[in-house]
Amino acid sequence: MTRTAPQPATRPVSKAATSAARTRWLQDNGVYVAVAVLLLFNALFTSNFLTLGNFTTQLVQAAPVLIVALGMALVIGTEGVDLSVGAVMALAAAVIPLYLGAGPLMAITMALVVGVLAGAFNGFLVARVGIQPIVATLALLVGGRGLALVIADGQLVQLRDPSFLELGAGNVAGIPISVLIAGALALVIAAVTNRTTFGRQLVAIGGNRKAATLAGLPVTRVLIGVYAICGVLAAVAGVIATSRLAASDPADMGLLMELSAITAVVVGGTPLTGGKVRVLGTVFGVVLMQLVRATLIKHNLPDSIAQMIQAAIIVAAVYVARERR
Amino acid sequence: MPTDPVIEVAGVTKTFAGVRALSDVDFTLQRGEVHALVGENGAGKSTLIKVLTGIHTPDAGSITRNGHISTIYQEVNLVPLMSVSANLFLGREPRTRFGLIDRARRDADAAELLRGYGITADVSAPLGTLAVGEQQMVALARAVEANADVVIMDEPTSSLEPREVETLLGVVRKLHEQGIAIIYVSHRMDELYRICDTVTVLRDGVNVHSGPLDELPRIELVSLMLGRSVKEIESHGTTAFGEDHHADAQPVLEARDLTSKPRINGVNVSIRPGEVVGLAGLLGSGRTETAKAIIGAFPISGGTVLVGGKPVAHSVKASMRAGISMLAEDRKTEGIIPNLSVRENIVLAALPRLSRFGVTSRSKQDRIVDTFVKRLRIKVSSPEQKVAELSGGNQQKVLLARWLCTEPKILLLDEPTRGIDVGAKAEVQALIDELAREGLAVLLISSELDELLDGADRLIVLRDGSVAGELEGDRLTREHVLEAIAAEVKDDADRTTAGHAAGQQSGH
Amino acid sequence: MTTTLTKSPLSRATRTKVLQRQGAAVALVLMVAVSWLVFPRFGSLDNLRDLALQGSFLAVIAIGMTFVIITGGIDLSVGSLYALGGVLAAWGSQYGFLAALVLPLVVCGLIGLVNGLLIAKTNMAPFIVTLASLLFARGLLLVITDEGATTYQIPPDSAFVELGRGTVFGFGYPIFVAAVLAVLGGLVLNRTNFGQNVFATGGAEQSAVLLGVPVAKTKILVYTMSGTLAGLAGALTAAYLQSGVTVIGVGLELDAIAVVVIGGTLLTGGMGTILGTVIGVGLIKVIQNVINQIGTLDSNYQSVVSGVFLLIVVVLQRILRR
Repeated sequence: MTRTAPQPATRPVSKAATSAARTRWLQDNGVYVAVAVLLLFNALFTSNFLTLGNFTTQLVQAAPVLIVALGMALVIGTEGVDLSVGAVMALAAAVIPLYLGAGPLMAITMALVVGVLAGAFNGFLVARVGIQPIVATLALLVGGRGLALVIADGQLVQLRDPSFLELGAGNVAGIPISVLIAGALALVIAAVTNRTTFGRQLVAIGGNRKAATLAGLPVTRVLIGVYAICGVLAAVAGVIATSRLAASDPADMGLLMELSAITAVVVGGTPLTGGKVRVLGTVFGVVLMQLVRATLIKHNLPDSIAQMIQAAIIVAAVYVARERR
Repeated sequence: MPTDPVIEVAGVTKTFAGVRALSDVDFTLQRGEVHALVGENGAGKSTLIKVLTGIHTPDAGSITRNGHISTIYQEVNLVPLMSVSANLFLGREPRTRFGLIDRARRDADAAELLRGYGITADVSAPLGTLAVGEQQMVALARAVEANADVVIMDEPTSSLEPREVETLLGVVRKLHEQGIAIIYVSHRMDELYRICDTVTVLRDGVNVHSGPLDELPRIELVSLMLGRSVKEIESHGTTAFGEDHHADAQPVLEARDLTSKPRINGVNVSIRPGEVVGLAGLLGSGRTETAKAIIGAFPISGGTVLVGGKPVAHSVKASMRAGISMLAEDRKTEGIIPNLSVRENIVLAALPRLSRFGVTSRSKQDRIVDTFVKRLRIKVSSPEQKVAELSGGNQQKVLLARWLCTEPKILLLDEPTRGIDVGAKAEVQALIDELAREGLAVLLISSELDELLDGADRLIVLRDGSVAGELEGDRLTREHVLEAIAAEVKDDADRTTAGHAAGQQSGH
Repeated sequence: MTTTLTKSPLSRATRTKVLQRQGAAVALVLMVAVSWLVFPRFGSLDNLRDLALQGSFLAVIAIGMTFVIITGGIDLSVGSLYALGGVLAAWGSQYGFLAALVLPLVVCGLIGLVNGLLIAKTNMAPFIVTLASLLFARGLLLVITDEGATTYQIPPDSAFVELGRGTVFGFGYPIFVAAVLAVLGGLVLNRTNFGQNVFATGGAEQSAVLLGVPVAKTKILVYTMSGTLAGLAGALTAAYLQSGVTVIGVGLELDAIAVVVIGGTLLTGGMGTILGTVIGVGLIKVIQNVINQIGTLDSNYQSVVSGVFLLIVVVLQRILRR
């Protein structure tokens, strides 16, 4: 029910108001607190956790999810959702061996082109045809992986091109290349969101699409752009994951990635109702989910319990972040 | 006066997040009376209604209810995708022997019932296919059929056409005769004085007056609502518009033969710089559609829009580039972006201009926002405040600022003062005046005739999507406008004119 | 549910509604006719029986999903609950028929209830809540099966197996279960107060509250129903397979959503039919069946065709609604 006061709140702040402020603070900063708490817990109770080696491992594992989640955050900011990211990763993976003969650059380019096209197609359905994002991207989720498997003839292909494998295994100054890419992309997306017309327009469209249209914003163009970015980021994640795996595996590549990405975005404080994109929150959302998994594994908790705890975290995060009307 | 209260409220106080919405309010509703509940926005009317219906529990005070209460709201609160009959009987459907819903009987009962309210539509069609007025009537029928002793009507006529208003008022009278008590919330003085017995005025959450309505002159009622002295209102009039404007000779905007059947048929509009042109007509006469067609937000099958003699492509972007801006009617759904700050809402449309290579410039934004916040006297704690936290009037000013910072030559204003409190209304009206004086061409749409008559230099009257007349100078009077609007529907016009005539003592 | 058409010209919405429903039906008839002509084996009684049986499991889930989607929600947990239900049934079968049937219904129903409670009482997005229970149910399943290492078998002489494998005229029991549920579902949706509340909740929630519709209760009920039905579908599948397969049901929620949407139910809520959902199930299963008939075709084409089909349907629906 309504909680907003019918008059401008100029009166003295009451208990209810402070509680609302506390909730808002938690909504905005909960993910950072949770990461800090988890780090502290591990520092105290987990042996060999706060080591450089372990940090690197965790970040490498989190890199593809982060890259996908960045695109997802933009899409969710427009009050949309992209269910097809996992399928797009599979498509990217399937395309790589076809062109690896022409060199890794060619293979990567083709994979990214596939990602852009898939994303733009989603964007077209959402922006031009006017289909709800869940339904529009559902089609590619259902069909995309099948298409990837058809392309790959259902086969897992081992990849041996050393320079391509460098992407997933290599380091620059001790930092894994995949982590560097993910970090750079996070900076770019943050800058795009906060400092460009495109970014502000996409947030406005998510906040009130009708008003944005009447304000003369290029709604269609922005939406198609956002979904294309999400698609290409999914493809980047697919390329990196494939390189690390040293194999193109469209059957398993990116399976349930849409759920991990959405979870990270939401846990990071970006509301599903659109109109707000929190890039740093998304980064920490990914880190939090990765830390949870790592902590559970380090303490020898089985996969089953890990999944159930993840479920609880999602519920808790959304409970804190839920819309109050 | 016999007392047989159906609702008795004593000393009710209700606080939200530290703000007092109701403060020690007493309120008594007698059986069978029509009781006007009036007050400015934020005076506490909706809170009182919600306390009466039990949606809110008061912090202090007592409520005695001696009957069943039904409420109909300003926006039709029914389910558009469900059939008319399903809406009407939701929760008390006729059953077959097996306890299943008897749909044939439900439809038959609904059709018969609605005939009494003057509705002959297909009751098995989704409710959303009916006109708004008809939907409102279905809501009323539903409320009454729930064997209510009290019916609360919250601005029931705000989206109705005069004919529908008459039907609704007729129904109210019938309910009155049946001994049903009615709480009637409205801003329309004419209606209040025609049907209400008693009145309660709320101001800032306090009951400032309760008593028989006919003993209370209009001007005093307004002064009770505003908390301003009667003298002040008399000296200022009801609107804040000033003198006529001095317009240049050449029109800056010319819309020729705009057509989009069946909503608009060959409408011509021309506005000169510094001129305020009013667009009058009933709801559904094509006012909003015409404005939207001009700015390219409503598909047209024919017609051209010229700005400064040059044709403009039919798209919002092209129109805006040519210098047209439009303040949409529905502030909430078509105007503000609730989760963005005041600053971002203001610069939204001008963003590309305030950016270089797609990268926004904060300092440019701050400068322009600062200017407009000062100039339009927007009350904000900081430009970074969320626009959703502002009052309706200040939100409207933010939207005006949004369009002004695109530096338009032509401003289309669709109901710029609807739903904002009286003080803000006067400010917006004064601002429109000021903008026109500075040379802006303004198209003003309003359903308040006073606002059009006072504010516009010239009036274009629409009827059924066509121009029914253009009035200027001496012909710019209430009578001429009504004549133009009502040329064909003579019957209604008589009644409407009569109603308005009764209300003419006030105001000017 | 056929509305009585009056002489007045059909309103736009009504016309769209008719087109939507018949669109899926026409597509199904065409698909069946073409398949019958092109593939001689398609029309064989054995194949049709198999097709119906395969469709019945999905139909049971999709019926629950239809209710959920009409309230404007979505239930992503059904695939996991389906698998969980199967495992619970297989595990329970050692304690007899009743345990095998009741255990999955109760446990999955309870998870559905929790979904409903969270969604209705805390105003959290159904998408996220049921996503969490998707993970939770899989986790629970792994706990029961020693991290997936144990597969519970149903004793072949168990009466429970009969529920999945028994036939009437060669048509499996699950087909009849699905059919009965579809008829009941249709009646509940259109001819009971609860059904009207479902439509009202999805059509205009705020209004529904003011109209006295018990919105929260309605939501809780539909998610409980959806969970229970997913558990039932899992139990039926386990009975049919004679074991609780742990790895099934991944992505099944998408199939269920797809068939509901193809059947003309609005994903935004407020409008939909059980008949449409049944037709949607028929369409998807016929397509799968046909692809299997074409021996040379990669079975991966199945999902490609499903995806394309889904796309065509939603685009057509969108265009029709304009």
